[in-house]
Amino acid sequence: MKERLISFLLFLCALVSIASLAIITFFIFQAGLPLIFRVGLGNFLESSLWNPSGDPQSFGIAAMILGSIWVTLGAIVVGVPLGLAVAIFSAEIAPPRLAMLIRPVIQLLAGIPSVIYGFIGLTILAPAIRATFGGPGLSVLTAALILGIMILPSIISISEDALRAVPSAYRDGSLAVGATRWQTIWRVLVPAARSGIVASVILGMGRALGETMAVIMMLGNALQVPRSPLDSATTLTSNIGLELAYASGAHRDALFATGVVLFVLIMILNILANIFTGRVTFWQRLSAFRPAVFNGRAAWRRRNT
Amino acid sequence: MLFLTKARYMRIHIIWVSILLVGALTACGPTTQGNDQQLTLTGSTSVGPFAEQLAERYEEHHRGSKVNIQALGSSAGIQAAAEGTVELGMSSRHLEPDEEEQLQVYEIARDALAIIVHPSNAVTDLSTEQVRRIFTGEIANWREVGGHDAPIDIVTREAGSGTYGAFEELVMDKELPAQSALRQGSNGAVRQIIAGDPDSIGYISLGIVNETVKPISVDHVQASTEAVMSGQYKLVRPFLFVQRKNATLSPLGQEFLSYVLSPEGQQELVQAGLIQGADAQ
Repeated sequence: MKERLISFLLFLCALVSIASLAIITFFIFQAGLPLIFRVGLGNFLESSLWNPSGDPQSFGIAAMILGSIWVTLGAIVVGVPLGLAVAIFSAEIAPPRLAMLIRPVIQLLAGIPSVIYGFIGLTILAPAIRATFGGPGLSVLTAALILGIMILPSIISISEDALRAVPSAYRDGSLAVGATRWQTIWRVLVPAARSGIVASVILGMGRALGETMAVIMMLGNALQVPRSPLDSATTLTSNIGLELAYASGAHRDALFATGVVLFVLIMILNILANIFTGRVTFWQRLSAFRPAVFNGRAAWRRRNT
Repeated sequence: MLFLTKARYMRIHIIWVSILLVGALTACGPTTQGNDQQLTLTGSTSVGPFAEQLAERYEEHHRGSKVNIQALGSSAGIQAAAEGTVELGMSSRHLEPDEEEQLQVYEIARDALAIIVHPSNAVTDLSTEQVRRIFTGEIANWREVGGHDAPIDIVTREAGSGTYGAFEELVMDKELPAQSALRQGSNGAVRQIIAGDPDSIGYISLGIVNETVKPISVDHVQASTEAVMSGQYKLVRPFLFVQRKNATLSPLGQEFLSYVLSPEGQQELVQAGLIQGADAQ
């Protein structure tokens, strides 16, 4: 009775989280899709003219999509080499005591609210970039540098786990045939941990793509396709965050439609990350959508053995 | 859970059940009481947020009264009031002559925009036309308007905000700001960017201007509360409540209107960055 009640409660909790995901999905799509159909998917994705309060209104999010891509790639360029280096150091090179110190410090980085990162970018980094390189200071470069640091915790912790999970026989074998320590790390361990490292990069991308508050503060939010790292830009998330407060009618729907695009992008990244961590293979994921009848015979056989 | 005694386990169980029960009861509980007074105001999206703020403050002092604000645009508010579908409409533009015939107007506040630059900027005056051409990107360097040789960093507001609406209406003449214009989500954020960037220009509500930025005169008139009150400063729009002529307001409508025009209500608006309306008491 006790067991069953607890398992029922746990089931209820699981149900709540799944149900909330379903409700959120439904709500975003229900609010956003009609506008996409009205404007036309091609127009919505390819036009970079966004003028929701104009007459006529125009809803094109191309500039924001490109802004998101630029900022995310920038964050990856900054964060991945740095994160991978820390992960390798912490997993392979650092003495265990030092490694035990690095880990919590990195985790602490994840606990800093994004508004603080944004504030540092806005008040310290942006003026420095304006003084050094010109431009308005609030730019793709500023956002990429700070976001690169913000994604470090996910990159480091997952990469480090992947490196530590490489069987020590690989390490020993490599060293035994005369490889140097660096050769062992770069030619044996990193390739062996590849799937975990790639997954960490993808999760980092998801984090950078989804970040809103810090980006609003650092990117300047200009509605243009950025042509250089010193240009200001707008991302999908920052535009939603910036405009939702006053939006109504079609404008509001267009912001939800932007959310639909973002949702699809994040879903793709998450599925990729799951595939690379080997938690689910591509075929398993596909087979989840296979009609149950195909599994019937296997299930029948299982029951009768 | 295995080492919990039965009694302790039951207690946890009871807590769970009561949480669920309380949740269920609040969900089903009455959301409104039957004898509540309700008032609905429809109109300008610019007046909306301020009216909302006033409504919240009013409701704090008058339990049981409910003031709903629907922000659908000035024209919608004027029309609704003229047709009598709502008691009070909200508008952030002056009325057309035919509208004026049908409606009683209360100016609850004025919204003035200040054009601001960095304090180190040598430019002190611009014409409305120059401001417009700067924001469309036609004038791209401060040198062209008598300033230092540097590209102009434009800072604007996001579409949909009241301040953007005012600027669009009073200055931009249906043109869009340059695509390279930075966009910020609040008056305060614009002010902070301008304060930190010597090459920037932006616009904020007059009430929000402080010493970190320099308001410049527009068409040779320096923005100030006095210049706004005397009508000399042009970047101003009225915030109006409108009511159908010869119609009597409900007691709640009457009371809310007098609260808005009272010193307390006006104080609330001034703190939010507006200037006293002509009909304030």
